[in-house]
Amino acid sequence: MGDPMRIRAQVSGNTTTVRVLMSHEMETGQRRDTAGKVIPAWFIQEVSAAHNGKPVLTASWGPSVAKNPFMRFNLKGAKAGDKVSVTWTDNKGDKRTDEAVVA
Amino acid sequence: MKAALVWATACAALLLGAVWPGVGLAQVQTQTPTSAKSTADGIAEYRKMLEDGNPADLFEAKGEGLWKEKRGPKNVSLEKCNLGKGPGVVKGAFVELPRWFEDTQRVQDLESRLLTCMEALQGFSATEIASTAFGRGEQVNVTALATYVAAESRGLRFNLPQAHPAERKSYEIGKRVFFFRGGPMDFSCAACHSEAGKRIRLQDLPELTKNPGDGVGFAAWPAYRVSNGQMWSMQLRLNDCFRQQRFPYPGFGSDVTISLGTYMGVNAKGAQSIAPAIKR
Repeated sequence: MGDPMRIRAQVSGNTTTVRVLMSHEMETGQRRDTAGKVIPAWFIQEVSAAHNGKPVLTASWGPSVAKNPFMRFNLKGAKAGDKVSVTWTDNKGDKRTDEAVVA
Repeated sequence: MKAALVWATACAALLLGAVWPGVGLAQVQTQTPTSAKSTADGIAEYRKMLEDGNPADLFEAKGEGLWKEKRGPKNVSLEKCNLGKGPGVVKGAFVELPRWFEDTQRVQDLESRLLTCMEALQGFSATEIASTAFGRGEQVNVTALATYVAAESRGLRFNLPQAHPAERKSYEIGKRVFFFRGGPMDFSCAACHSEAGKRIRLQDLPELTKNPGDGVGFAAWPAYRVSNGQMWSMQLRLNDCFRQQRFPYPGFGSDVTISLGTYMGVNAKGAQSIAPAIKR
């Protein structure tokens, strides 16, 4: 399991802005180490978000996404106190879910 | 011979003719947006956008976890570590470092003090960690811990103590190192950092001989480097300055790096800390 994510969800009127910062190496598989050996690819393949348990976003990611990626999206209809959870799965099968309360 | 010379002159004239209108055009084009928004404004806007998701937050969270976790051969946390304001006091410690420590009889900066605590409390070998390359093994944890400690002083103003003679000596040594010219390029720290309003590409070069302002220079590190995705502590920042000057690398937590820290920190008196910051 990876390091924790940082999730912030701020409501303004009917729209909630969700900001997610994930901790991940996002290794492309194109780089070589100092010994000349290829560093194996290791990146997040799927990101999903849920609002009070109901899926609201699914994204397919690839090796071109930056290290320690930052994702931001808008959510309609969420209220303060609601829960937003984000899950990522990487190509090694590792998974991480974190949750934040809408403020 | 004479014909060739005439031909060459004609060519030069043609070239000039082709180049001049181009230069004029470029000037017109760059001047129009300048009046609306200066280059500095553009850079500031870019930085603002980056700040929204500063990955330094991830290192801060990691460092906080490491601070409270029981680790090392002695299986103890760092919660009793004295960073200068008494055992366990983290808030406000960063803006008063480097300072004199009675127990080690040394002026120490944040990273070297963390090593002392890791050795004394947790049983790690400080010499072993100091000789580990940046970004490997325990060095990664030292950087995360430094990020956490610095973040706890976010918004506070630098106020380094100078009461002890060793602290004043450290400042004087730092000043001399700062102005010391050498290496194959005959550089000193002062070559780039002793004048206001200078920059290299998009990077402003802070004037470090005085207070460069809030959140600039000494008040901005540790910082996350977007270009290489690494978290850099002040020790690594200084190490890279030495590399850029083509000087030999200084030892981790060595007296020379700590003295430079004292010099910059004392000069930055009153500057607000924004560490951990985000850099290109």
